[in-house]
Amino acid sequence: METYTITDQEQLSPTVKKHVIYMPLIAAKAKAGQFVILRAHEMGERVPITLYDWDAKTGTISIIVQSIGKSTTMFNELKKGGKFLNVAGPLGTPVEIKKYGTAVCVGGGVGIAEVYPIAKALREAGNKVISILGARNSDLLILESEMGTVSDKVLTTTDDGSRGEKGLVTGALEKLHASGEKLDAVFVIGPIIMMKVVADQTKPWGVKTFASLNPIMVDGTGMCGGCRVEVGGEARFACVEGPMFDAHLVNFQNLMARTAAYRDREKACMADHKCRLDAIH
Amino acid sequence: MTITAPLRIVYGTKLKNTMEPTTTAKKYIPNPQLPRQRGSRQAPDERATNFNEVAQGLSAEEAAREATRCLNCKNPPCTAACPVNIKIPEFIACLRDGDAGGAVSKIMETSLLPAICGRVCPQENHCEGACVLGKKFKPVAIGLLERYAADTARKAGKLKAPATAPETGKKAAVVGSGPSSVSAAAELRRAGHKVTVYEALHDFGGVLRYGIPTFRLPREIISQEIANVKAMGVDFVADVLIGSTLTIEDLLKAYDAVYIGSGAGLPTMPGIPGENLVGVCSANEFLTRINLMHAYKPEADTPLNVGKKVVVLGGGNSAMDAARCAKRLGPESVTLAYRRSRDEMPARAEEVENAEEEGVKMEFLLAPVEFIGDEKSNLKKIKFQRMALGEPDASGRRKPVPVAGSEFEMDCDTAIIAIGQRPNPIIQKTTGGLSTGRHGVIVVDDSGKTSLDKVYSGGDSIRGGATVLLAMKDGKRAAAAINKFLAEKK
Repeated sequence: METYTITDQEQLSPTVKKHVIYMPLIAAKAKAGQFVILRAHEMGERVPITLYDWDAKTGTISIIVQSIGKSTTMFNELKKGGKFLNVAGPLGTPVEIKKYGTAVCVGGGVGIAEVYPIAKALREAGNKVISILGARNSDLLILESEMGTVSDKVLTTTDDGSRGEKGLVTGALEKLHASGEKLDAVFVIGPIIMMKVVADQTKPWGVKTFASLNPIMVDGTGMCGGCRVEVGGEARFACVEGPMFDAHLVNFQNLMARTAAYRDREKACMADHKCRLDAIH
Repeated sequence: MTITAPLRIVYGTKLKNTMEPTTTAKKYIPNPQLPRQRGSRQAPDERATNFNEVAQGLSAEEAAREATRCLNCKNPPCTAACPVNIKIPEFIACLRDGDAGGAVSKIMETSLLPAICGRVCPQENHCEGACVLGKKFKPVAIGLLERYAADTARKAGKLKAPATAPETGKKAAVVGSGPSSVSAAAELRRAGHKVTVYEALHDFGGVLRYGIPTFRLPREIISQEIANVKAMGVDFVADVLIGSTLTIEDLLKAYDAVYIGSGAGLPTMPGIPGENLVGVCSANEFLTRINLMHAYKPEADTPLNVGKKVVVLGGGNSAMDAARCAKRLGPESVTLAYRRSRDEMPARAEEVENAEEEGVKMEFLLAPVEFIGDEKSNLKKIKFQRMALGEPDASGRRKPVPVAGSEFEMDCDTAIIAIGQRPNPIIQKTTGGLSTGRHGVIVVDDSGKTSLDKVYSGGDSIRGGATVLLAMKDGKRAAAAINKFLAEKK
């Protein structure tokens, strides 16, 4: 087996795909909360994606990719047996896994894939894990059963009520807190706005909350500083010092602005890619 | 001025033995009065709009003429001043005979990166600065001759990988693929050891690849010189971040020795308000997007935002590279602001001149105090404070001192910070027992050995931001020490 080979794939939703890639060095070292940087072609971007799972025995890692822009769409166009051009990692600082007591893992959208390994590791460390999953609708909800295998309890919410409770993850979290359950730590991964709202919600409760940040990166090894985030008033590099930070100290407003810096170009690039695809299909 | 003087070279018997100092000394009569050749260059207006190489190098005729200026000194000060002691008069003698292949083989006895060094080495501080001709005339254009030799030999297919000693069965790992690592790898391989180079990024060359722009050092030159080291039998592995994918401890289990040449990849930020605004970036980010990711090409997926008013902060070579790259992307203005005066600028004089010719505006004695943004966190202005020069500091340069009440604002939508780099701390943090010094540099002894047995280091990881040639020198020094201890090891 050659490295970079996609050994297996699974379509999780119309735009979300799981890729299993043969990368034995990464599989041997990976820890919850770390990510890899991938490229699909010579002129491609270096795209950071959090590791979903890994298996040192088979030498494989798994990532879950949502087609959002051109690069992620091209990733999902790769076929089983095909190869990524580059996969580097594991990158970033692992999440601190210890016995907190009751840990809540909140995942929104494709963020569920990122919170999965954290829930798994927390459970293995003896925590009671309650997972709260959120998606726009049941079609876009991924990994509900997998999350069940690594959680003591799973609370599912959808914006339209097509699966689980109608509403947002914050509603489920509010109820959980109101139920008198003692919460010792919250891990939240999803859209920035969701992470911000959860952080605002847990702050008055005094519950330690961690958010995995997704700023723009180029190299992912601490070289470019493009991923600077403001945490506790200081600039930190998410690629090496993160991506997980104390959510109560993160300047989410600044993260939102910096993440949007290339949005117009992304849209134009994607439109061009789609237009060419349409010509083929 | 046209050159009418005949070339006063008296060649030895049919070019063959001219490299023998005894014969050349007798028969070769140099002509140092000839004007120093500069080679052709793209005109400033033209080059400021493209990323093609600025300096075009010497023609065969120009190279032959320049080669006759060399005095062929018996104890050449140029060789002594070269950090890797290239046998300069000897390679120039080959060029006089039209033997570029011989010239490059001579260079490669001590330097594996001739086409790169010929382009980016600050020759004025080394070989050319020491050239005897410089006292009365202009020094021999050694850099251009080195480049000519390498380019000509490569185009003619005469670039041969240096011979290697019989296999020793010993193994060495090299961390990083920049100039110090490549030099170390080549010297270790030359001694017959099995060598593996681990690079964290997807392409090889380190700072040559991500830092130096293609108009100063074309990408294919880097690839070709790396290919030459590969041809010696050195294995190059991409996408492996040492300290994470594999640790130094892992390497020590599989290899007999390790060389760390992981460079100084961590950008220094000024630590002033507003540096997280959209539009403020490090020179590393700006240059990596352009040089490694090709963001200036329409077919590249990595984007790059360049606004209308670009301000580069800093006065070193990275600052010049960033300013010159920015200029090529067509903003209304590119201003370089440096906190000391022109005389204290660490950049090569040639690069400063190139930048000014291309339309980069230089502002001196200005220190940024704040980045000012709009309600959407987009950079709009930089607040500067004027500086005056005070007493010399630790670097021997006069220290900038703030002038009270001199603050003013400058319009700016893209600020590129080029105020220095430090070693990336990943290896230092993950390697127990590895001693580090100020700014996280790895501490080594006179042989390049770190505090750990079998682990050596050099280049920017021990210096914190220096030159290609000093990095190569460190790589060679450590390789020599490793070769010595591996030879003693049974």
